[in-house]
Amino acid sequence: MFRIALKMLFGDRGKYLGIITGIALASILMIQQPGILISIFTTMYSSITDIGLPDIWVMDPKVQYIDDSKPLLDTQLYRVRGVKGVEWAVPLYKGSQRVRMDNGETVNCSMLGLDDASLIGGPAIMIQGKLSDLHQPDAVIVDETGAKGRLARPSVTPGGKSTPLQIGDSLEINEKRAVVVGIARATKTFQSQPIIYTTYTRAKNFALSERKLLSYILVKAKADESPQTVARRITKETGMAARTADEFKSMSLWYIIENTSIITNFGFVVLVGFIVGAAVTGQIFYNFTLDNLRYFGVFKAMGATDRMLRWMILLQALLVGGVGFGIGAGLVATFAAATKDSSDLTLKLNWQLLTGSGLAVLLIVLLAALISVRKVLKLEPAEVFK
Amino acid sequence: MSETETMAVYCGGITKSYGTGEARVQALRGIDLEVHPGELLMLVGPSGCGKTTLISVIAGILDQDDGECVLFGQDLKQLSHNQRVVYRGRNIGFVFQAFNLIPTLSAAENVAIPLLINGMPMDKAISRAFECLRDVGLEGRENALPSQLSGGQQQRVAIARALVHNPRLVVCDEPTSALDHETGRRVMDVIKNLAVNSDRSLVIVTHDARIFDFADRIAHMDDGRIEKVERNN
Repeated sequence: MFRIALKMLFGDRGKYLGIITGIALASILMIQQPGILISIFTTMYSSITDIGLPDIWVMDPKVQYIDDSKPLLDTQLYRVRGVKGVEWAVPLYKGSQRVRMDNGETVNCSMLGLDDASLIGGPAIMIQGKLSDLHQPDAVIVDETGAKGRLARPSVTPGGKSTPLQIGDSLEINEKRAVVVGIARATKTFQSQPIIYTTYTRAKNFALSERKLLSYILVKAKADESPQTVARRITKETGMAARTADEFKSMSLWYIIENTSIITNFGFVVLVGFIVGAAVTGQIFYNFTLDNLRYFGVFKAMGATDRMLRWMILLQALLVGGVGFGIGAGLVATFAAATKDSSDLTLKLNWQLLTGSGLAVLLIVLLAALISVRKVLKLEPAEVFK
Repeated sequence: MSETETMAVYCGGITKSYGTGEARVQALRGIDLEVHPGELLMLVGPSGCGKTTLISVIAGILDQDDGECVLFGQDLKQLSHNQRVVYRGRNIGFVFQAFNLIPTLSAAENVAIPLLINGMPMDKAISRAFECLRDVGLEGRENALPSQLSGGQQQRVAIARALVHNPRLVVCDEPTSALDHETGRRVMDVIKNLAVNSDRSLVIVTHDARIFDFADRIAHMDDGRIEKVERNN
């Protein structure tokens, strides 16, 4: 009877497509908006994610999130190195610098100054050049998105195509010359600024006007110590805030959640998607059942049990739910794949989001099926003679 | 063996009403009726006399208020809801006035439905449906949709569907009212020749006097009562 149920569904092509479209649209809303939200959240702590080697980030106690760095004295680095359980500790400069373009315009960039010796905190993926090339004079590495986007060489002709930055190109940062020695892949930042990597010492030169330049101290805990324990010890002994990478990510995320209405706004759209999906799908599916009520009555008269009818309707609902969700998720995934290299905010999909939205669609089709099942089960089989 | 057990259908003192209070309508007012094995009984009478209500009670798709309805020795009221549904699926075939064929299914798939309800696998059910469609003269039209068939052909599909699972009782509600005279008689020929045998009985509700001659007995109903039962010669 399940094949019969499916043939009944496919046979009414208009309603079938209507239900599928309703679920696909609901799925798109319920996946796309949280997908953007995830993308925003990811950019919130992209620097922490990209700098994967250290276990602990040490910072001024007033720091609230990753881009809110408050400079420390360079001597703090030595205090941290002296704490028991610290394998190594290196400085990190994180700040914003202005790059002057050939046409006179300036571009705000995020600059990361890495420990001169170890270059810890550098990009994990180099597209062109090597991380060690940062040891060359005036060397900087630029992230791929920035090199192709805001830092690309403007065309000499108005309206012409700009040329991506390449190795050997020079930049002017705070009236100082920098030479591009590499192009790296990095996760976009919340401000979507180009990222420039250089050594800690050179970063201090680029940012001469600032007295204190040590943004963070990156720490690796010894193998026999847990990062949490070492972090608590650093805090206790130095008075600075020391947080594990996960704690720092979480803190950065919660700062945005608590200080903006981002969750409320995105959540509202997701809720609208769910309600619209449930209403449209429920309505069309119910109409489909009403159109077939006479035939369900015939099945009942002919000996179809309530259980059999329930499963037939449930199968129809699950099938339209699966197909609709597949189309919706597929469209969003295609869009996400097509725009993943864009310098603008892109979509990020993960299994949690797809599972969550899939469950929401399941709930929608189950609600639709429930209403239809009720109608069919209440139907008197004797109605078929009327 | 008691008399009710040898009957195909035994109805004793059946009453049925719809609605409550002033809106209450007494559809059946104490029906006593017997249908013998191998018999074709027609229920005739004016509209609203209770024919459809009676056939619904006999087919086990409507509960009577009072009285006894026994099918092949089985009092349907003694069965639970699910048992009655299963009993109906195995023992009763239905032919409806409006055919009630599923428009999105082929003729063979429509015919196969009672077998599928009874748990037969699809391929076997379709194979058996093909045989039944050949029996009703629709060989070569097995894959046609109902919309591609004439009214007479659709009713023959419906007859094949009613017989495909070898039910012991077939109930037909106005099987010829949607058909012209010639087609109606041809459909009745099919019903008479294929459906009636010593193990199977037919109850046909009709007001089409042109097919009365196909009946073994005719029960005349009026105002919820059987006025008379006459044997057809």
